[in-house]
Amino acid sequence: MDARPQAVPEGGRAVDQLIDILILTLLAGTAVVIVRMRGLLAAALLTGIYSFLGACWMVILDAPDVAFTEAAVGAGIATVLMLATLSLTSTRAKPPTRSTLVPLLVVIVTGAALWYGTFDMPHYGDPEAPIHKWPDPSYVERTRVEVDVPNVVTAVLASYRGYDTLGETTVIFTAVIGVMLLLRRPRREEEAG
Amino acid sequence: MRRVQILRVVAAKLLIPYILLFGLYVQFHGDFGPGGGFQAGVIFGAAFVLYALIFGIDAARRVAPQAVVDPLLALGVLVYAGTGVVTMLLGGNFLDYNALNHHHPVHGQHWGIFAVEFGVGLTVAAGMVTLYFSFAGRRRGS
Repeated sequence: MDARPQAVPEGGRAVDQLIDILILTLLAGTAVVIVRMRGLLAAALLTGIYSFLGACWMVILDAPDVAFTEAAVGAGIATVLMLATLSLTSTRAKPPTRSTLVPLLVVIVTGAALWYGTFDMPHYGDPEAPIHKWPDPSYVERTRVEVDVPNVVTAVLASYRGYDTLGETTVIFTAVIGVMLLLRRPRREEEAG
Repeated sequence: MRRVQILRVVAAKLLIPYILLFGLYVQFHGDFGPGGGFQAGVIFGAAFVLYALIFGIDAARRVAPQAVVDPLLALGVLVYAGTGVVTMLLGGNFLDYNALNHHHPVHGQHWGIFAVEFGVGLTVAAGMVTLYFSFAGRRRGS
């Protein structure tokens, strides 16, 4: 995890951009196909592919930790859970009974607002962007002295922001307890068959 | 039947041990490379989910009994929060790992990160297994 910026040759940047465009096009395409699909089994598998594409994109953005999580949770566990849910419900979506014009309008307006919002955002990779100035870029330097683990992400998550991660772990714990209470069959019922 | 047999051999003998090993690697190598307790827990749990997919939910329940998985789910959070309590008892702030080793605070950091990542891994792995069992354990309409 070398924090120093490295000079990227001009050709490499062009290839990066090409892969960016390719992956984002595939992401959008997958999303459209999922929305239009009535067979939920294939749709569930396509969400797994969507997550894999997202993971690929995160790798290009130099965020391997996020890519890792996206691939393991989004493409792996979430897909299996969706398939398990489908085995309990129906594998075909009902055709929409109402006109889809109003939802389409809402989506277009929201999308346009978001797109308008990006004009105010700093350019990708801008060293003056707030995210590189705040809260404090010295974490990267201080980690070497204070925590001494090569992966700064781990140092921030487990040590500097240890309290947050405790909260996240508790959230997972609580969520699983909730699922257990809702879905698990009582032991007596299970024995009765 | 023959095909199912091949699937079982490939999954049980070839894939699952390496998935478990990779989970452990991600767990204990998270300080040095990408990954950490959360990712490791998901990978470790995924091995049990794969086992359940191929051998059936009842066989998987025998491998990972509810009486073991449920306490592990809570134990992970307990290990994490307990690390914080230990640092307090040793005179530091909550989750201030420097207090774990007064002579070498950096070693204390290493121990603290190891402990809390282990806690995260336990809760997430047990959580993923429990999630899948809860979903797959139900029959349609029950």
